[in-house]
Amino acid sequence: MSQKTDLAGLSARAIREGIAGKRFSAGDVVEATYAHIDVHEPGIHAFNELTPDLARAAAAHIDAKVAAGEELPPLAGVPAALKDNMNLVGTHTTCSSRILSDFKSPYDCTAVRRLLDAGALPIGKCNMDEFAFGSSTENSAFGVTHNPWDLSRVPGGSSGGSAAAVAARMVTVSLGSDTGGSIRQPGALTGTVAMKPTYGRVSRYGIVAFASSLDQIGPFSRSVEDAALVLNAISGHDDTDATSVREPVPDFTATLGDGVKGLRVGLVRDMLDLEGCAAEVREATEMSVRTLESLGAQVGEIDLPMSQHGLAAYYIIGPAEASSNLARFDGIRYGHRVSDPSDVVDLYMRSRAEGFGPETIRRIMLGTYALSAGYYDAYYGTAQKTRTLITREFDAAFEQFDVLVTPTSPTVAFKIGEKAEDPLSMYLSDVFTIPLNLAGLPGVSIPCAKSESTGLPIGVQIIGKHFDEATMLRVAAALEGALDLDMRPPAA
Amino acid sequence: MSISEADVRHVAMLARLALSDEQITRLQGELNSILGNIEKMQELDLEGVEPTSHSIPLRNATRPDVVRPGLSRDLALLNAPQAENGAFVIPRIVGAEEGA
Repeated sequence: MSQKTDLAGLSARAIREGIAGKRFSAGDVVEATYAHIDVHEPGIHAFNELTPDLARAAAAHIDAKVAAGEELPPLAGVPAALKDNMNLVGTHTTCSSRILSDFKSPYDCTAVRRLLDAGALPIGKCNMDEFAFGSSTENSAFGVTHNPWDLSRVPGGSSGGSAAAVAARMVTVSLGSDTGGSIRQPGALTGTVAMKPTYGRVSRYGIVAFASSLDQIGPFSRSVEDAALVLNAISGHDDTDATSVREPVPDFTATLGDGVKGLRVGLVRDMLDLEGCAAEVREATEMSVRTLESLGAQVGEIDLPMSQHGLAAYYIIGPAEASSNLARFDGIRYGHRVSDPSDVVDLYMRSRAEGFGPETIRRIMLGTYALSAGYYDAYYGTAQKTRTLITREFDAAFEQFDVLVTPTSPTVAFKIGEKAEDPLSMYLSDVFTIPLNLAGLPGVSIPCAKSESTGLPIGVQIIGKHFDEATMLRVAAALEGALDLDMRPPAA
Repeated sequence: MSISEADVRHVAMLARLALSDEQITRLQGELNSILGNIEKMQELDLEGVEPTSHSIPLRNATRPDVVRPGLSRDLALLNAPQAENGAFVIPRIVGAEEGA
């Protein structure tokens, strides 16, 4: 690199323009990225695997386009990281599980393929809670990820590695997956922009399934514009995922600057009053809504009492679907296998018990129980009906409002180990994010304040109507612009 | 509804998980605690409410009935713990005396 540009801090747009203007090359970006990773990764452990060969090959492809005078794709030369539950040929896909520690990706995840086709450079695969079960990234078989804001704290989870990598400027953008908050909650805890698109907006092909009716892939970034650019790249129908929809995909960057004048913004009052929601989080959420009001939004309040049952419904539906999806790990077609099975049932039972970690076993057991004979109606049936009521309540709220606003996480980042022995208190981390997955709605978390006592980031969640990510992102961009926060953590 | 130790052992068998006595005891406590917190949901009036299995209205997704390439055998076997002659190897299921 010929000049001292801080490439690690640049936006996606600035990287593309810098490469197109020949101020630096995509190759320079790759080398600067890995140099930055060398400094920060030992303390953070965001990655399970780094992929410099793939990144350099992708960069050479971009630099050849520059040399040939060709138009560059929208994410040309943008360093990107992938949660380690997304397949990419040439990488392992471990889900941070012992059972998949040697698994080689046999094909590409559609969202990953689309991100790379848009010019992004694959830098590495990120640590996560095993199979995405958790809210702290402590449930990884390969060690915990540390929060760049305070290395003694968790980055949230389950996409904690993807969040920490972006927060620490080791990459510009990353992909995570969100089943109950696994993108948005770590986004809040690391001060990044973190979005779950509408269910069906992004193909789930090639991601290892947790709960098929709830999972959705989305981006982490350091700006709303970069989130919109990634959403542009990964959205749209895919023949290999029958639940991906044929809705038109707008250019999500086109309306980011339109402001909020006249938009109806609903503050979800009863969520703020929930026991366990920290006062500083409540105040930051209220301040965010007042800021939107000062920008011309019409602000009101609403209660969503049915959403308070979301956590209960989720902890039936999520584990039920997970126990079914994880039945495929049988020690025969892939994954860990015991060396001395006495018969095929013994092979299944011991391979699975040895390969899965404690939280994964807990969820499989919970889900299997909820689906078992005699309990199905009481648990799974009840949860699915509750899900209907939660969706209806949102539908009614969206007759009054264009977007809804809640906190993202009830607290700032907690200490490593603080909740590790208490599954229920860990589950509460996702109380504000889970209802969106149940209803299939899009949500984005953006940083809105720093804690006065700890300096840690606080996130606010903006919820959009189905397939109206554009309005949601427009509100997020207006708030981001008005708050103008410096969200560079100490370890970056 | 309280879960007994026998229930936990039964569920572990259904889930094909070989758990130790210590794991069974621990899970019994944890599952009871988690399900105890979920029971509030069962107080809701759900009479006549349709269950939701999918949050977005979707009709059957079909595509033209045209053959297209799938995963090759080599790729399908790429991660097999044990493979031989283009097939997955598993322990004998049919008894030796019955012939293979």
